[in-house]
Amino acid sequence: MSVEQIFILGVNHKTAPVAVREKLAFPDVEVPLAMLGEVPGCDEFCFLSTCNRVEVIFTSSSPEKSVRHIRSFLFAASDLSEEQAIEYTYLHQGTEAINHLFRVAASLDSMVVGEPQILGQLKNAYREAAERNCTGVILNRLIHKAFSAAKRVRSETNIGSSAVSISYAAVQLAKKIFGDLKNKKVLLAGAGEMAELAAEHLVAQGCTEVIVANRTLENAVKLAKRFKGKAVSLAELHDQLELVDIMVSSTGAPDLILRKGDVQPLMRPRRNRPLFFIDIAVPRDLDPQLNDIDNVYLYDVDDLSQVVEMNKSGRANEATKAERIILDEALKFLGWIGNMALAPTITDLRQKADEIRRTEMAKTLANLDLSAKEIKAIDKLTSSIINKMLHNPILHLKEDCHQDSKQLKLDMVRRFFALDAQN
Amino acid sequence: MLFTATYAVYAVAGTLYLVFFTSQNKKVRATARKILLGAGILHTITIIARYIAAGHTPLTTHHDTVSFFAWAVTWAFLSFRWRYQIKNFGTFVSLVILALMTVALCSSRVINELPPALQSLWLPIHASIAIAANGFLALGFCGGIMYLLQDRELKKKRFGLFYHRLPSLESLDQLSQHCLTIGFPLLTLGIMTGSLWAKQAWGAYWQWDPKETWSLITWLVYAGLLHQRFAIGWRGRRTAIMSIIGFAAVLFTLWGVNFLLSGAHSYVR
Repeated sequence: MSVEQIFILGVNHKTAPVAVREKLAFPDVEVPLAMLGEVPGCDEFCFLSTCNRVEVIFTSSSPEKSVRHIRSFLFAASDLSEEQAIEYTYLHQGTEAINHLFRVAASLDSMVVGEPQILGQLKNAYREAAERNCTGVILNRLIHKAFSAAKRVRSETNIGSSAVSISYAAVQLAKKIFGDLKNKKVLLAGAGEMAELAAEHLVAQGCTEVIVANRTLENAVKLAKRFKGKAVSLAELHDQLELVDIMVSSTGAPDLILRKGDVQPLMRPRRNRPLFFIDIAVPRDLDPQLNDIDNVYLYDVDDLSQVVEMNKSGRANEATKAERIILDEALKFLGWIGNMALAPTITDLRQKADEIRRTEMAKTLANLDLSAKEIKAIDKLTSSIINKMLHNPILHLKEDCHQDSKQLKLDMVRRFFALDAQN
Repeated sequence: MLFTATYAVYAVAGTLYLVFFTSQNKKVRATARKILLGAGILHTITIIARYIAAGHTPLTTHHDTVSFFAWAVTWAFLSFRWRYQIKNFGTFVSLVILALMTVALCSSRVINELPPALQSLWLPIHASIAIAANGFLALGFCGGIMYLLQDRELKKKRFGLFYHRLPSLESLDQLSQHCLTIGFPLLTLGIMTGSLWAKQAWGAYWQWDPKETWSLITWLVYAGLLHQRFAIGWRGRRTAIMSIIGFAAVLFTLWGVNFLLSGAHSYVR
């Protein structure tokens, strides 16, 4: 088994827009795992599907065929051509695949770096695959290593508290203003993807009500349904502003849709409850002077990017530290897989036995006063004992058999004699 | 001697809070809290010792008044800590305590004879209630300062020293409201008991001496603030500024009146 037979084929938020990703959404893993079982050359596999990524981790002895099959399976539900599919997917092989998987598990590849859900999602994906015997010796070891790499990253760095996205920055600011986001109301003006993402974050933090205002009411209704909120027309914006706490604006309007003069009179009926405006539209929707009103806070895209940068610079060291841990764990896995072959296993086995023999001999001989001839005899005796002992296990290892059971045999012998004890 | 020791313990607690503020090392904060609690207890003993030495409630000299003020701030803060936590509040409060203690340290500790007018049960009641009110109002002042600092960074979008270290605007606003809802009734009670005592000592409930006038001004500032908050819904920056102005009035009533103006209270030095 060579490292080069490990692959990851997938789509994530970096390579494909939401419009493409949503076409690849798989409601459960039952069907994909069954389908992957049919893929020619694919020996072990695991299927991970989250809102931001769909990935197949697999080992294959005939990669080209497998990759083509898996890709066409992933894109079966979409109307995209094969060229487009290739453009939106990434394929990692060998060391690169290992690194990628570890980074995913440690949440370094997430949209919100450091968000903790991904590890749980990977664990579920692995459990589903393992229960159906889709994974074998290699992936079992690889994915377990990914878990321990992720745990190390979590405990040895502060990456978990990092916040490196615009939406997260918005949530962070909202928390600095409102403290708790529980029971806060959000108004989305414009039904774009960014607004949706921001709303998703805010709802995840406890915001209860989402109101969507849009030029075309149909889109507003669609988005409102997602958050179980209500839809209003843009004309009703002012009335709604009296009730909400946070407004995310992302309309395509060429001019400002809200001016200082519109908001100022609202503060009295609002009893001065703070209002947080997030303007992610380009060109801007909201009058920059809104920020001058007491208890009103306005952030546009540039302001938010500044917060993101601040978060990043604070965490730069943490990210470097995390990458170092990933590299370290990947090296350990590479060491293991390099040894998962016949020759190194036999060498390791002999070495281990010989090491034991030598230490024990040294201990015994230190207390005895023996002649050179006697020592030589004991040396010969112990050598032949271990050779006889190891003869059958080595024969058993060398015996020709199917690739899968060969891996199992190697794994078993390595465990049995604790040849990977230092890992 | 006991006072100097108390001062030293406060100084250690204050320094540790400052170290915590810059380093955000939680172990330092835990130690700082324990030391502040120790300082509070030691301070209580100091005041009891002063009581025994003077033979009456030790609130008639400037040193004792300010020392008792610091004590009130400390215990108001410690009692708040039971109920809820405000990130880095301790740093600001311990600085105020330390400032008050420094003033007390620098003023004369000679115990003067108590004039007959002041020999009454009203002395401990009036003075301690008034100063306890000041303790809570001082916490409100710290909350106001913290609010303004955080508000400034959020508005200017320049995130410096305070953005990460201070809690949310909402909790700071709530903090000053809590301080006010305890401090204001105490202040009212302090003025009322003072008035009753004045009747007993000087025969009139109110004689417009500067201390009384300034207490009334202070009371009006806080009353106005509370009214605006509950009737109109004032909050945030404006209430923070008002609570700072209110506390400035408290300090003027305490010091400005004694040193700049003279009146019936002026033997409290």
